[in-house]
Amino acid sequence: MTRPTHPRYLQRDRRWHPPAYAPGYKTSVPRSPRQALVSLQNPTATELTGPSFERMTLGPHDNDLLMNFRQGTEHDGLPVGERIMVFGRVLDQFGKPVPQTLVEMWQANAGGRYRHKKDQYLAPLDPNFGGVGRTITDEQGWYRFRTVRPGPYPWPNDVNSWRPAHIHMSVMGPALSSRLITQLYFEGDPLIPHCPIVHTLNDPDAVRTLTAKLDLARSRPMDALAYRFDIVTRGQFQTYFENQG
Amino acid sequence: MSQLIPLDPAATPGDLIYRESPSQTAGPYVHIGLALEVAGLPLREVEIGNTMATDQADGTPIELVGTVFDGNGDIVRDVFIEAWQADADGTYQSAWQHDNVFNSFGRAAPDAFGEGQWRFHTIKPGACLDARGQLMAPHVALSVFARGINIALHTRLYFGDETRANESCPVLNAVESPARRRTLIATPEPGDSGRIRYRFDIVLQGEGETVFFDF
Ligand SMILES: [Fe+2]
Repeated sequence: MTRPTHPRYLQRDRRWHPPAYAPGYKTSVPRSPRQALVSLQNPTATELTGPSFERMTLGPHDNDLLMNFRQGTEHDGLPVGERIMVFGRVLDQFGKPVPQTLVEMWQANAGGRYRHKKDQYLAPLDPNFGGVGRTITDEQGWYRFRTVRPGPYPWPNDVNSWRPAHIHMSVMGPALSSRLITQLYFEGDPLIPHCPIVHTLNDPDAVRTLTAKLDLARSRPMDALAYRFDIVTRGQFQTYFENQG
Repeated sequence: MSQLIPLDPAATPGDLIYRESPSQTAGPYVHIGLALEVAGLPLREVEIGNTMATDQADGTPIELVGTVFDGNGDIVRDVFIEAWQADADGTYQSAWQHDNVFNSFGRAAPDAFGEGQWRFHTIKPGACLDARGQLMAPHVALSVFARGINIALHTRLYFGDETRANESCPVLNAVESPARRRTLIATPEPGDSGRIRYRFDIVLQGEGETVFFDF
């Protein structure tokens, strides 16, 4: 067996990410490790490789939440809510596009209700809205979804906690090291500064990177507003650095 | 305009390093997006599930099962787990396809109203080399996501019947405490249709807390 070489990744800044224990978000209290993480100074093939989904067959509406759960015909079966496009690029920390990577998302409907066995919120389900999407980035790292803007919803944390409108975003990137699940918030949402989950982030800049911006220029007249949301995965070192030391 | 933030505000264009997008919890409804059956959603034509190997795959068929516990000893029922492992020859098969006889990647989550146990159907992985050419014992990388987990927790499942390989594994030995090392060893037990089942309970916090890695 030969010694495997795989591109390495920029170190993850654990102070930029939310800490495991963030008592303002109460469920993190019993679900956060007390022991320190064990650092692997020499990550192996296990951490430096990961699944690729270039050959995965996606359905024609997998990235179109306006269409992928509709019950009726094209004209009578559309979900209720503000029609939006959520789009952006997946880049690594060096600004290099991350092509052909799987981007998945899920969200509540326009009333703030999730299509999930366990969601009991009194806002109704939308018969034409499922709330799940997935796509593969193109050669330049671009992805795009069409959906409705999700509604805010109340949740048991403080006596009166509300989630700002958000979309859960999942990106694989090239390796286990780049795997990331995060949330997209919407520019101008007054609930953002009140949210205990947003507050698990210590740096206001971190919140900014998770706030999608309205892109009026790319919006479709008489159709849908566009929100831009770029996702940055860990920087992959090129061969020059990879071979050092 | 994009919402990216440079690591060093003084960096010049062409020499920019951006901040990684920060993690946020996958939340209680992660299944809608990543484990549709558990949410109660209709399945699409292709889903990434917990069967990583079919009967045609090379290697010893095995089951991996476990329960995740929180710091109170309560079962974390809304957990979502991803697995990443080598094939029987110790090679990672990156190109995931639903009709492959073996995929290195899989996803599992307990039933929404069940006992809280997750399960993978796979084959025992082969040993592979680390970056310095030392042999690592067979293992499966597991990433743990759930409500209350702000950033994925990464652990490794090792096999209780690979004592010698485990003793010389450089990654297991990177865990200083032998007691903590034991939290990474799955216990073999008789499984369905003659297969070996390995049980790997994950403790998020407190006594017997599972080792989680940073890399
Ligand atoms: Fe949510």
